[in-house]
Amino acid sequence: MEGVQLNLISKDRLDKMASMEKIRMILEEVKRGKIVVLESGLTPEEEAKLIELTMLEIDHDKFVGIEVESYPQKSRGFLGKIFGSSGGRLTVIGPANRLKTLQKSDEFIEALVSLGDR
Amino acid sequence: MSVIVKIKKKFSFLFKWFLKKDRMKIGIYGPPNAGKTTLANRILRDWTGDVMGSVSEVPHETRRARLREGVKIEVNGKSVMLDIVDTPGLATKIDFHEFMKFGLSEEEAKKRAKEATEGVIEAIKWLDDLDGVLMVMDATEDPYTQVNVTIVGNIEARNIPLLIVANKIDLPNASPARIKAAFPQHPVVPVSALKGMNIDTLYREIAEKFG
Repeated sequence: MEGVQLNLISKDRLDKMASMEKIRMILEEVKRGKIVVLESGLTPEEEAKLIELTMLEIDHDKFVGIEVESYPQKSRGFLGKIFGSSGGRLTVIGPANRLKTLQKSDEFIEALVSLGDR
Repeated sequence: MSVIVKIKKKFSFLFKWFLKKDRMKIGIYGPPNAGKTTLANRILRDWTGDVMGSVSEVPHETRRARLREGVKIEVNGKSVMLDIVDTPGLATKIDFHEFMKFGLSEEEAKKRAKEATEGVIEAIKWLDDLDGVLMVMDATEDPYTQVNVTIVGNIEARNIPLLIVANKIDLPNASPARIKAAFPQHPVVPVSALKGMNIDTLYREIAEKFG
């Protein structure tokens, strides 16, 4: 059956992984053409690291980068800044040539996954 | 992460409030073609008579970060001394075919794409050395892009002051209100860096926020 593979990673599994472990896992899967769905997402620092490592992996022929779909972080108050965790929200990551954002708002994301390369 | 680093990070906003510098290093961030270098040129032209760099309709014209030190902005008796870093546009993907649509040869496009990837990495690295950020967004575009969300999230995580510049308000379909709605927790200043529209308000906000 032809299709695109989706890997849905639970929060429990993500919580057990180190940042670099998560980022490497995401990049390896996405480079294989898979779509990765993270239940609890990434922290902003992890997102920046993911972009940084993606840039190193771009080969201009087979892999041109990633498309990331996630919601803005909820703003934290004074106490939240001190005591709160900085975990992310639901995030979908895929190869840029397969995953395309159609519409995005604070609480809703519409995306298109294509079977072909472009 | 060590406990000391974690504590330092958690309380950095308090340290910064007490230990305010007399010279602030400000990064100009945003996606490609938002008008970052146009804004940097406008600020430099108005306050130093100089320019930062060239601008182009081809994305990723700025592929190396540029630093201009000692830019003094004075508004209503309040002054601030800035070191301004114009950073390359941040992106999650760089496809050389996009550059060929602007007439670049395949070789030129691939070279530009490679330099652009290095530029993105450089822009991310700069985030750790800044005292404040001017985040430039194209007011004619949807502000809910991953690049915008990631940059704002990183600035918030580092607890450094952020001013969002809703650029290109001279264009008919510009909507700074959309940006304000997307990032209500941060001040948004609508400007046209190209035409200089509302630029005095931006300077007043810069003096307030970073001064």
